[in-house]
Amino acid sequence: MIAGAYPLIRYFSKTSISIGSLWLLLALLLGACKPQQSASPFGNQATQAIENKGSDTLVNLALAWAEVFMESHPEVCISVTGGGTGTGIAAMINGTVSIANASREMKEEEIAAARANGITPVEFVVARDAIAVVVNPSNPVQELTLKQISDIYTGKITNWRELGGQDRPIVLLSRESNSGTYVYFLENVIRMGKKDNNLLFSPDTLLMPSSEGISTEVRQNPNAIGYDGLGYVTQDQKLVAVARSPEGPYVLPSIQTVNDGSYPISRPLYMYTAGEPTGHVRIFLDWVLTRGQMLVPRLGFVPLAQAPAEPKS
Amino acid sequence: MDKGVIVTNRGGISGRRWTEVPIEATIRVLGFSTIGFVLLIFLFLLREGLPIFYEVPTGNLFGTRWYPTFELFGTLPLLLGSILVTVTAILIALPLGVATAVFVRELAPDWVREILKPMIEVLAGIPSVVLGFFGMHFVAPLIRNIFGAPTGLTVFTGALILAYMALPTIISVAEDALDTVPKSYRDAGLAMGATQWQTIWKVVVPAARSGILMAVMLGMGRAIGETMAVMMVTGNAARLPLTFDSLFRPARTMTATIAAEMGEVAQGSTHYHALFGIGIILFVLTFLINLTAASAIFRKQRRGGLR
Repeated sequence: MIAGAYPLIRYFSKTSISIGSLWLLLALLLGACKPQQSASPFGNQATQAIENKGSDTLVNLALAWAEVFMESHPEVCISVTGGGTGTGIAAMINGTVSIANASREMKEEEIAAARANGITPVEFVVARDAIAVVVNPSNPVQELTLKQISDIYTGKITNWRELGGQDRPIVLLSRESNSGTYVYFLENVIRMGKKDNNLLFSPDTLLMPSSEGISTEVRQNPNAIGYDGLGYVTQDQKLVAVARSPEGPYVLPSIQTVNDGSYPISRPLYMYTAGEPTGHVRIFLDWVLTRGQMLVPRLGFVPLAQAPAEPKS
Repeated sequence: MDKGVIVTNRGGISGRRWTEVPIEATIRVLGFSTIGFVLLIFLFLLREGLPIFYEVPTGNLFGTRWYPTFELFGTLPLLLGSILVTVTAILIALPLGVATAVFVRELAPDWVREILKPMIEVLAGIPSVVLGFFGMHFVAPLIRNIFGAPTGLTVFTGALILAYMALPTIISVAEDALDTVPKSYRDAGLAMGATQWQTIWKVVVPAARSGILMAVMLGMGRAIGETMAVMMVTGNAARLPLTFDSLFRPARTMTATIAAEMGEVAQGSTHYHALFGIGIILFVLTFLINLTAASAIFRKQRRGGLR
């Protein structure tokens, strides 16, 4: 039942450019909660609601977790919404959600804002994500170094010829600037992890409002280069092997290469709670970190390699 | 005038007055509330957006680089992007719209008009997201292949979609304008020995030109405020559209910027104020366009519906 539900849910969250689809998503979830409530032998008074909001990268995974968890725990009703990492963390700080999904670590000022509100955020690493660099399948370029990707996205390299490809202009595709993926890519690829570096995306970069926008353009346009979470890369885009230095090795992103650390562009995904989780939130997070990891590879993310790490504050 | 009505009622059946007073009052409140809402929205915009003008130095605010994540709030690329997309859209839509209006009003046989008019109204009802999808999957690849642009997500693609969206407005208003031209003008033209084409082109269309100007302005107001379709097909790259090939390069409009970034901005932050600041610029622009349209109507009324 779950496997059948994925493509539908996935479709809705991918086209999250339309706010309407978010409502649809919400409606689907609420609809999914209700029959279970009434079917529960405990009646309605035993139902526990867990609000879960945040990163669009994590939303499909969080949905899958919520659905499977609710099957075995009918007394819990989990509602998952996207909106982006910043939105989720802000909601957690305001106390409107119990769990915030984040595709980056909380910023200093966000932690300060939480403290000012009397909340100590607790961090859980729940999965890993690799950022894949993709090109059109007809593009002969197979591999790039981090430095080359940085030069492409800052506008220093503007033609595929300079990278051993055809004589075509390079069209840069990126997610919108409010996406956690955008910030991660900028800091770790364009600035190559250097704090004192203040390179920016070239002004010619096309900012696409959704993953769907990126995949459509990459599929259609032989000039395009894009990046997105590995979970969002479809069959009709070509993955580029990435190397930390020109000597190589050039590595394609996969569950194995992310977990052994050889693929250079990968990141942890987080869930944050306001203070040490208790009750059903605790049970849910423990489940996510253990049995829930089973679901992670099915959605194109990378499960945690070892036993779940202890929460750190 | 209102007083006069009440006075007459006073002399009439007393019951009528008591039922009419609250109805009249309600209608009056509803009427004035429209103005009230516009004012409130504008005040809200000012309250949220004005801080940007002293939070950020003017050089930055009207600079050429829009990187809100990094405190660079140059609105110039967005402003020029919006203007370029809108003006191009109107340049495409105007001849098509006026020609369609002339055909529907002056040339088409009755049965064709009966089919065309509702079809044009259906055109106005197509949701912009649908047009955006159509643009992204169908028009964009065409533009790339025909014009050899690096990507199909360009100003021109956006302008084509916007022109399509502005067309129903332009056609309907222009058609109404042609309708107000008295039959005697046409008869006079034909009686002077002009052909039907000469009458339409030299007499009827010029006579309706203030109405056509209004059609253009309303279409422009529709185009500049359009968000979803534009966001999907213009590529959203905040580059300055100053070179000659800018028409076939991506651009970022003000509306798309607000829509794309408002969702995740921290309330009260500089970025938040900047987005409302763009809102103010947009509001002022639309207001000016509507004002021009309104003054066109005013002129038309003063001249008895003509010229």
